[in-house]
Amino acid sequence: MGTANTKAPSNDTQPVKPLDDCPDWTFELLEKYQTEIARVAKHYRLDTYTNQIEVITAEQMMDAYAGVGMPIGYNHWTFGKKFIQTEQTYKRGQMGLAYEIVINSSPCISYLMEENTMPMQALVMAHACYGHNSFFKGNYLFKSWTDASSIIDYLLFAKNYIAECEHKYGINDVEATLDACHALMNHGVDRYKRPQKISLDEELKRQKEREEYLQSQVNMLWRTVPNAKKDNSEHKYKFPSEPQENILYFIEKNAPLLKPWQREIVRIVRKISQYFYPQKQTQVMNEGWACFWHYTILNHLYDEGLVTDKFMLEFLHSHTNVVAQQEYNSKYYSGINPYALGFNMFIDIRRICEHPTEEDKEFFPEIAGSNWLDTLHFAMENFKDESFISQYLSPKLIRDFKLFHIHDDEKNNYVEIGAIHNEQGYKKIRHKLADQYNLSNIEVNIQIIDANIDGDRSLTLRYIPHNDIKLGNSKDEVLKHLHYLWQFDVKIVQEKEEGEDEVIAQCPNKLKDQ
Amino acid sequence: MANFIDRRLNSKNKSTVNRQRFLRRYKNQIKKSVSDAINKRGVTDIDSGENIIIPKKDLSEPVFHQGSGGTRDKVHPGNDQFSTGDRIPKPPNQQGQGGGKGDASDSGEGDDDFTFSISKEEYLNLLFEDLELPNLEKNQLDKLIEYKTVRSGFCSEGVASNIDIVKSLQGSIARRIAMTSSKRKQLKEYQQALADLKQDKHDHISEERELKKLIQELEARIAKVPFIDTFDLRFRNFAKQAVPTSKAVMFCLMDVSGSMDQATKEMAKRFYILLYLFLSRTYKNIDVIYIRHHTQAKEVDEHEFFYSQETGGTIASSALELMNEIITERYDDNQWNIYGAQASDGDNWADDSPLCKSLLIDKILPKTRYFSYIEITQRAHQTLWQQYQQVMETHPHFAIQHIKEVADIYPVFRKLFKKSTKNAA
Repeated sequence: MGTANTKAPSNDTQPVKPLDDCPDWTFELLEKYQTEIARVAKHYRLDTYTNQIEVITAEQMMDAYAGVGMPIGYNHWTFGKKFIQTEQTYKRGQMGLAYEIVINSSPCISYLMEENTMPMQALVMAHACYGHNSFFKGNYLFKSWTDASSIIDYLLFAKNYIAECEHKYGINDVEATLDACHALMNHGVDRYKRPQKISLDEELKRQKEREEYLQSQVNMLWRTVPNAKKDNSEHKYKFPSEPQENILYFIEKNAPLLKPWQREIVRIVRKISQYFYPQKQTQVMNEGWACFWHYTILNHLYDEGLVTDKFMLEFLHSHTNVVAQQEYNSKYYSGINPYALGFNMFIDIRRICEHPTEEDKEFFPEIAGSNWLDTLHFAMENFKDESFISQYLSPKLIRDFKLFHIHDDEKNNYVEIGAIHNEQGYKKIRHKLADQYNLSNIEVNIQIIDANIDGDRSLTLRYIPHNDIKLGNSKDEVLKHLHYLWQFDVKIVQEKEEGEDEVIAQCPNKLKDQ
Repeated sequence: MANFIDRRLNSKNKSTVNRQRFLRRYKNQIKKSVSDAINKRGVTDIDSGENIIIPKKDLSEPVFHQGSGGTRDKVHPGNDQFSTGDRIPKPPNQQGQGGGKGDASDSGEGDDDFTFSISKEEYLNLLFEDLELPNLEKNQLDKLIEYKTVRSGFCSEGVASNIDIVKSLQGSIARRIAMTSSKRKQLKEYQQALADLKQDKHDHISEERELKKLIQELEARIAKVPFIDTFDLRFRNFAKQAVPTSKAVMFCLMDVSGSMDQATKEMAKRFYILLYLFLSRTYKNIDVIYIRHHTQAKEVDEHEFFYSQETGGTIASSALELMNEIITERYDDNQWNIYGAQASDGDNWADDSPLCKSLLIDKILPKTRYFSYIEITQRAHQTLWQQYQQVMETHPHFAIQHIKEVADIYPVFRKLFKKSTKNAA
């Protein structure tokens, strides 16, 4: 960093010497591009964590892939499986590796792959180090759910703790516990409470105290010796008093026979799940935002004369591939491309601000004609995919994408077109598309409603179907994992039309035995 | 603000542990795959790894997800023909368009099995896990048979052919410097004095003569120091190092009399393949000797061994005798690790069986590391088996096993070479 790259003050009179556009990158050149990109990013008020840019090889990229976005992962076979899968598909040429991976941490770690050309590296830096990074720092979900400064420490703690457990209690037990936790990982998210931010030292200190405290609490709860003669249907009092959707949290605090180290593992998995939760909720926005900024920043550099035509052609080629949207009847179609939708929405918001049409003024009276940068930052900071789409998807974009809505009812032997890209359909399509990104519609709604603490200690969960969709076949397998953690009978009930509860799965499976 | 870090030189095998965990978890499926693969290989074909296939359902990690039924709404791009209210019939055998809520992103994979490759090492390790090379440990200590000569520094005594010239001359230079340094110093002083005298305006003839004489004397003494002395000589030193031999020979003995049909031979072949693979894990060079016999034994090549048909009675001792001859001629048991594997359907001329027993005990077993006999038959055991059973009682490195059908081979092989817990206790 010693060589001060003194920028020529961009006077219009002085011709700017463009940056080297040779395909081979060097660290020196990376540094120069980075400096320019950082300058432009600042110009657009992108507030980021400090960047830590790591250059890695393709093999290391596969490792990073297998770690599902965790720079430091604990050991578990599932990551080995992911690695083998990645390796196989990559070797067969079925899949290219991603150009970059970026970690929501402070400093924000981004990986650049060695094989990338210089224009690709510039794209990745603008995309990840300034796009994603500013999103991590600015979006309300990330702000409230994750703590970028402590995640690396926490992952390190988790890795060491689990390694220590393997050492003390054997790989098999730790693996079984982790398997069970992974099966319930999606139900380990605290949707309402904000997690506290603590550092590694504190985490270690608290972990010990917690271990002792938790165990004493559990012992309190289960102190009453179960009385076999008593009628099970009559509890003294209801526990938990309200349905619990965070199954892992409930297990961690209340499972009767878990060992302290197992509780800690449940907690680790829960914490990691929580950390990734905002990423699930903001896929379209996050990628859209990053694409918008790599596009805008590099075009800005081009306008300044800092990058050449050759550079731009390669950049645009990659950019176009990333934001391409296949149509429903293409054989490559695999749903809506979040990069395409997000990128076009941000571009469209800027358009609405800068060049609003009559239609825009009608649909978006608050933002039509406003300062585009303010509006964009506001949108990035305060929304998630679902609300972002229902707030900002414009009729023009619906027409551009030629969106149409299909309604599929199990009872009918046909599917029906509910809306298309016309005057009557805009609002419905916007509504339906937003719903498509609503996690509470996609993820299974299943809650713990009862733990029979003074009876047979059985645990009851209720499945609440969305749009009458049944619970998938894997329920029995998942229930085995839950049973492993709870160690007494577990069952899932679903309310029938008449209002009674019907058991749809249980473990141990007594229905089949009879 | 950004920091660049070059991680390319960091280890790339961050996932190795996780990969091992994966193999560990799916060991049973992988092992099955591995032992299935053995049937497709030739006896000495061991250079490749193996593709492992695991049914995808075994690998799935279950999570709660939405199943079938109910109503679904989905938005797609690229409308080219639909108007609001259009109804499109569902395909007859499919539950609704886009049956699941998920995108069809990985539908290209379908329900294929999960296939991946393991290396040759991993393949062999899995195949022979928990097996031990019979008697290896025990014999290795008292049979350190081969010696390798290795350089081990220098010594001051030795034969002329081992003189190390560079080392010796280095010693000579050091000695000469050490022995002459004081004289040279003195010489320098005299020469200086002489030069001073010559500079002087006055004549000092007698003193000069005196000095010149001293100088001459000194020069003569310096010259007397020998250029090389026996003291300087250095010889290359060699030491003998014992190395366990990495050579092994495997004798395949098989009965090819009329009673052995092709299916039985195929079974025996599998057994030999396994043995070969097993040995190849430990030994670099393995010779395989094929001996087929009916009433007479003959050394043949692999093809003839397995595929040519002959008829006649059975005298098993002929093969053992030939094996013994070959060992004496070509395979000195001090240099070769000798393994024997005999396969037969159990038929033998009754009077010959005791001879087989004594041949084994007296001649063959003392020289071999391990000798296994497998009997492939559906019928009751005959004399050979009974005699061999007696041998087995007294000789721990002799083993017999009974195989009824193809599926038995692998388990029987494992049983033969299983790590003996008895010895460990």
